[in-house]
Amino acid sequence: MTTSARAQWTREEMLREVIALFHPGCSVNLGIGLPTMIPELMPPDLDIFIQSENGVLGVSGRPAKGEASPTLINAGKETITIRKGASFFDSALSFGMIRGGHIDFCVLGGMEVDSEGSLANWIVPGQKITGMGGAMDLVHGAKQVIVVMTHFNKSGDPKLREKCALPLTGMNCVDLVVTELGIFAPRGGKFSVKKLAPGVSIDALKLSASLLRTEESSGKFPY
Amino acid sequence: MTRHGRGKVFANAIDALTDFESGMTVMSGGFGLCGIPENSIDAIAAMPVKDLTVISNNIGNSGRGLVKLLRNRQIKNAVCSYVGGNPDLEQQMLADEVHVTLVPQGTFSERIRAAGLGIRAFYTPTGAGTMVAEGKEVRVFDKPCVLELPLHADFAIIKAQRGDVFGNLWFKEAARNFSPLMAMAAKVTVVEVEELVPMGEIPAEDVHLPGIFVQRIYQGKNYRNDIEILKEAP
Repeated sequence: MTTSARAQWTREEMLREVIALFHPGCSVNLGIGLPTMIPELMPPDLDIFIQSENGVLGVSGRPAKGEASPTLINAGKETITIRKGASFFDSALSFGMIRGGHIDFCVLGGMEVDSEGSLANWIVPGQKITGMGGAMDLVHGAKQVIVVMTHFNKSGDPKLREKCALPLTGMNCVDLVVTELGIFAPRGGKFSVKKLAPGVSIDALKLSASLLRTEESSGKFPY
Repeated sequence: MTRHGRGKVFANAIDALTDFESGMTVMSGGFGLCGIPENSIDAIAAMPVKDLTVISNNIGNSGRGLVKLLRNRQIKNAVCSYVGGNPDLEQQMLADEVHVTLVPQGTFSERIRAAGLGIRAFYTPTGAGTMVAEGKEVRVFDKPCVLELPLHADFAIIKAQRGDVFGNLWFKEAARNFSPLMAMAAKVTVVEVEELVPMGEIPAEDVHLPGIFVQRIYQGKNYRNDIEILKEAP
């Protein structure tokens, strides 16, 4: 089966679906992986504050050649620049900002999300351990926790599950999952289908009917 | 813990760390390689101390920083949130040479802050329902929360861009990270600065950490200030 034979969003289109949820002036924390591509895709006139948990609110872009500062990095340890109105702070304040509910959106990658909104994305037993970093804190507190991930794992099974099999990053914490096939809200043992990528059928999700709630979406956020 | 009659200013790292001993717990500031206390790390790497418990977000990265202590086999216990990008630590962890305790980064920061500020324990939703909560008290408020305890240390080694002789500190850009918290949490805080200035040079409004939390300060030298991952605009 080739991907071109199947209707689905590209990675860029998935991220554009996420960006469409942002409102002017909102604050966003972006996890490592796919979400780090979001700033490049953001419309230049969308006035938002990107938070980086190492202690920056107002990440802008990349420094010009030869102008990088070793003390100006994001949580991925990459050199960055800041926008007007940016601020620096210590790590306790940074995570307080997150845990205290002051950040509007947190966008993370995922390995599994279950029907209760629990997320697994930090460890696969038997594989290399990297540590959870800030992921366990980030999923508790942001007003909307959005997971962006591929719909299927390497064995071809949906990563949207009734119950996560992998060790959890957080329990009942995910508001929205964006995959190449659609947008889903896990709640109360089911996934509400909020949107499907053009040409994608419910069957293509490979989820049992008992896991799905397919009410009509208002198309407006919050869903 | 300051030396009576001489104030807080020390000549260098070796002078400031003379009573640092094997078996001690030391906190080290820095996020990856950003804001790490380069001179104090080098001094400890050159000392015959071992069986250390090191509390630091990454325990060095990319073969640099605290990795020197790992390679010298000076570290017995490591408390951190992230070991990715640190193959030395991963390897010693798998070989059971270093006992690693992984702590979620926000809980890590808050436990250090709590130690410095007299908080005996706190409940946080972070980690509830995960491996992190195993063996800990969990109490339901609006949602399940885990009881977490403070993280104390014998020494903290931190770096600031600018500091005065009282220990008032000013950090550059995002180099602040865990450093002011660690300064508050340790019995003896040893600060190295790129610029040691007289009192009054840092305007009171711009002091990021009041000098009351600092016991020893010295003018550092030969800073590398490594960039870990250089990303530039196309």
